Parts: sequence; C-alpha cells; structure tokens
Amino acid sequence: MPSRDGRRAGRSPMAAPRSFLWTRRVVLTLLAGFVLLPVYVMISSSLKPLQDVSGKFRWIPRGLTVQPYVDIWDTVPLARYFVNSLIVAGAATVCSVVIAVFAAYAVSRYGFRGKRVFTVTVLSTQMFPGILFLLPLFLIFVNIGNSTGVALYGSRGGLILTYLTFSLPFSIWMLIGYFDSIPRDLDEAAMVDGCGPLRALFRVVVPAAVPGIVAVSVYAFMTAWGEVLFASVMTNDATRTLAVGLQGYATQNDVYWNQAMAASLVVSVPVVAGFLLLQRYLVAGLTAGAVK
Amino acid sequence: MTATVTTDPGTGKQARGTTRGSGGARRGIPRIPDRIRRGGLPYLLLLPAVLLELLIHLIPMVVGIVMSFRQLTQFFIGNWGAAPWTGLENYEIAVDFDAPIGEALLHSFFVTCVFTFFAVGLAWLFGVTAAIMLQESFRGRGFLRTLFLVPYALPVYAAVITWAFMFQRDNGLVNHVLHDQLGITDQPSFWLIGDNSIYALIVVSVWKGWPFAFLMLMAALQNIPRELYEAAAIDGAGVWQQIRRITMPSLRPVNQVLVLVLFLWTFNDFNTPYVLFGKAAPAGADLISIHIYQSSFVTWNFGTGSAMSVLLLLFLLVVTAVYLFLTSRGRKGSHA
Repeated sequence: MPSRDGRRAGRSPMAAPRSFLWTRRVVLTLLAGFVLLPVYVMISSSLKPLQDVSGKFRWIPRGLTVQPYVDIWDTVPLARYFVNSLIVAGAATVCSVVIAVFAAYAVSRYGFRGKRVFTVTVLSTQMFPGILFLLPLFLIFVNIGNSTGVALYGSRGGLILTYLTFSLPFSIWMLIGYFDSIPRDLDEAAMVDGCGPLRALFRVVVPAAVPGIVAVSVYAFMTAWGEVLFASVMTNDATRTLAVGLQGYATQNDVYWNQAMAASLVVSVPVVAGFLLLQRYLVAGLTAGAVK
Repeated sequence: MTATVTTDPGTGKQARGTTRGSGGARRGIPRIPDRIRRGGLPYLLLLPAVLLELLIHLIPMVVGIVMSFRQLTQFFIGNWGAAPWTGLENYEIAVDFDAPIGEALLHSFFVTCVFTFFAVGLAWLFGVTAAIMLQESFRGRGFLRTLFLVPYALPVYAAVITWAFMFQRDNGLVNHVLHDQLGITDQPSFWLIGDNSIYALIVVSVWKGWPFAFLMLMAALQNIPRELYEAAAIDGAGVWQQIRRITMPSLRPVNQVLVLVLFLWTFNDFNTPYVLFGKAAPAGADLISIHIYQSSFVTWNFGTGSAMSVLLLLFLLVVTAVYLFLTSRGRKGSHA
C-alpha cells in the first residue's frame, strides 16, 4: 500500500530486483538486531534476581521478579537524583527555547550589522571540545561564588545556565530555518493591524512554528538529561543528577546489575517516550532547519 | 525581559495599540528616534543569547588560554589570578614526547585518531545504508524508522551502562555468545580493560552515533526530486544504478556537513568512555578528552590541562579548515 510518503519522494515505482529486496531484508534485520540487543538486555536483566545477573548470562531468564524496581530507590537516592534532573533539564529547556525564539526571530526577520558574525560564532561554539571550557568555567564559577556569594558551583542554577547554552546554538539554527519557512506576510499583516513586533512574534509566528518549537524543546531536554561531563564536576551530593548518580549501582564493590538495568530503564522512559511521541516534529524540524 | 517589554511600545506608531498602560512607561524613558529604536530591537532580542554564549563559552575559552600560560595548581584554585606566569612551560611539558606526560598525550592522541576513524566511518556507513533502504515505502517501514532512532533517544549513560554490563567478562552477553555459544575464543576475554577496550568503545560509539547520521540523511533524501528517479528509470537504470548515480551524488552536500559534525563530536567524546570505563580509562582506549580531564582533576594541575585543551582546539580548527577547503574545492571541481 503506497503511503503519501512514497508518492512524494523515493525511487521509481518500477519493481525492484530480487537482489535489492534481499539485501534490504538482510541489512535491515541486522541493524534492527544491533539496535535491539542492548534494549533486550536492559529489559530482561532488570527483571532477574541478583544471582542470575551475577552468574553466566542467560538469554531466557529463569525466573522473573520486579524486586529490582523496588530496590533501586534504596540502593542510591534515585528519587532525589530524578528530581534534580527534572528541575535542571526542565528549567534549561524552557529558558533555552525562549531565548532561542527571540534570537531566531531577530535573525530571520531583521537585517542588521553583525548578523553573520552572530550566527557563525554561535554555531562554532557547538564544535568546541567541552573539556576546553570545563576547567575555566569550573574556576569562574568557584571564583564568582567566593567573591559575590552567588553559588553557581555545586548548585542547580550553575548547571541550568551551562546546559541551556549547550542546546542554544542548534535550537537557534533550527528555528531560523523554521521561521524562514513561515511567510513574512503573516507577521507584516499583523503589524499593519497594530501589533508591535513582539506581539506579532507571539501571536502569529510562534503559533505557526509550534512543530519547530516542540522539536527544539525535545532536543534541549534530551541534551540536558543526558549530559555527563559537567554534571560530574559541577554537582555535589545534594544537587547530583541522574547522569552521575546512576553510576552508584555499578562502581561499588558489589555491582547490582539488575538494579542498574532497572534504573537505566526507569530514567530512560521520560525521554524515550517523549522523543518517540514527538519524533515526527523533530524530523520535520530538522528538514526545515538543517537540510538547506 | 522587562527591558524588551518597555521598549516595545515605543518602536513605532503601529505599536500604539499594544498595551493600554504604555503611555506612562513611554514618558519615563528618554525619547529616542524611532529609526534608531527599531534598529535596536534585533540586538535586544539577541542579547540574552549573546550574554549566555559569552559567559559559558567565549569568556571561559579566553580564560582557558590565559590559564595555559600560568602555573595553576591546587593552591591557586580559589584565587587563580595569583598563580605565577610560566610562559610556554605548560606547552613544553605537553609536547615533550620523551617525558612521560608528553608521551602519554601523544599516545592518547593516536588512540583518539584511530577510534574516530572507525567510529565515524561505521556510523556514517550504517546511517546511509539504513536511510537508502528505508527510502521507498514498504510494510514495517515506519516501525523500523522509529526503532532506529531509539539509541539516539536513550540517555547516554543508560545505554552505556547496559553495554558495560554486556561487556563484563564473567556475566556479560558478549563473552557468552563469543566463548560459550560460538567457541571463537579459548578464554573469556576482558573487554573493558587491556587492548580489547578500544573495540568495545568503537561498538558502543557506533551504536549510539549512527542514528544521528540516519536522521540527517533521511531528511536529505526527502528533498531529492522524484522526477530524477523516473527519468533514470525510463533510461533503463536499475535500482542499484539509481542509488549510485542519483542518490549518492545528491547526498554530497549533507555528507560534507554530517561527516564534519560526526568527526568533531566523536573526537571530543567524553561521555561514552567515562561511563563505560569509570574513572580509570584503560591505556588502549584513553581518549583525549578523558586524558585531559584526568591529568587536570587527578593531579589538580589545571595549567598543563589547559595547555593540552588549547592544543586540541588548534588541532580541531586546522582539521576543520583543511577539510572545508578540500571538500568545497572538490565540489566546485565536479560542477565545472
């Protein structure tokens, strides 16, 4: 059954030769297996008792138990890490998206001096090694804390500031592409009707760009939720996020692999579910922003 | 934020109707000609983004370069301005390849190059293959497309911890398959320590990285006009020829950016080795980011660590410039 996708793009409707169909079948099966292997290990091992994950690996679990899902909350303070990650990633996402919307609107709708310098600089910061500004940023945060009393090092605030700049360049880039695809006539008409530029942005451009904004939000949340390097340096016991906290199951002398798998699954659910629900928007946003 | 709101009503006659209460605020600020104020709005909109980029990326980068010329040990962490200047000493230590520190850095650099070559190559290959195979619609295509994006959606640490479990010597899946079931190895191998660790690192990195290549290439494939394929089919070109003659050349501009982005991300990767190996990365998989992190935070010698970071940045800049020069020239050549 040909879908709309099939009519819009793709190779000729001419029947593909057998060699191609078989290659496709084999290649896609292998790739699917590669992708699914850790997912299967994660799910099946999270339901095994400890002695089963400590001995030889078994494809088919001998007995199933949900005990690991109960124990994960006591072995490490997972709930606290979870809340920290939610606060940090949520705040970073909201701030990053709002700032990116303003910046992308300026670039998309106005001509001004330094526009090119801005876009190139912002994009190139994305390329620099995190390790390069980790050490100075660590020192800057420590020194700001010593001299002004504003605790950025070890606090959620410092992490939020850091993470929101991580997703900012790509978000701005993607939203510029998205805003460019919205006809200027729309916001110009609104301004003729007496809206200021900002009102035109929020009343006309933002509603028309919802798919792009959703895509950018998903991206920003995933970036903040998964970051490890800065989380490992910039947090303390009270503000630790999942990225660091999850290693509590695996780096001690006793390795609770079943709990590590259960916890991995639990912390993945919010992002994977969100991503899979909204992936349509993300692909559309990428198409509008990236492929130019 | 407040600044943008108060400026807004003053931007011009059209804005008069925006807010009822704007009259008072308008009288409060000095009158600036509308022309200039309108010109200022884009800068105002960019201000938060610029400030944050300055605070988190650009200023730290400058500070990092300054730090690399100082003897910055743990005694000066709280007051790094007091650390003594040492000129190029940190750089001399970093590139003295006969001494242990320089030798280790050089080794780490080579390991990173080998790792990046295979990880990027395989991630791209998997991505382009999957994108082309899913170009035409068939039953199950939507499902596979979603499935292939799962590694991209999973948080790095959750995925890598699972791989770390699979690579365990005694209770992992990999040795169970290779040793117990297939009998390929005489002994169960160590994957996370020793020389094998680089294979483990490449496998995990490819698993995590290829869906991004797939996503970008899939988006690019949707922009190839269908008429090209129809014309080729009329001329008698088969599927394989269409892929070679139409699909691959059309992907070239996307590939140019994609390979560069994958290279930079993979070369700088910290998360994967850090979660896979824990604090002690084996020498065989001592990636450059991990190496700099360790030499800075384990020895608390931030000066040398900064010098290494600056050298890494210079290397990446040179590679990027050469790459862009070569690929753009190649593209121009093919048009001529």
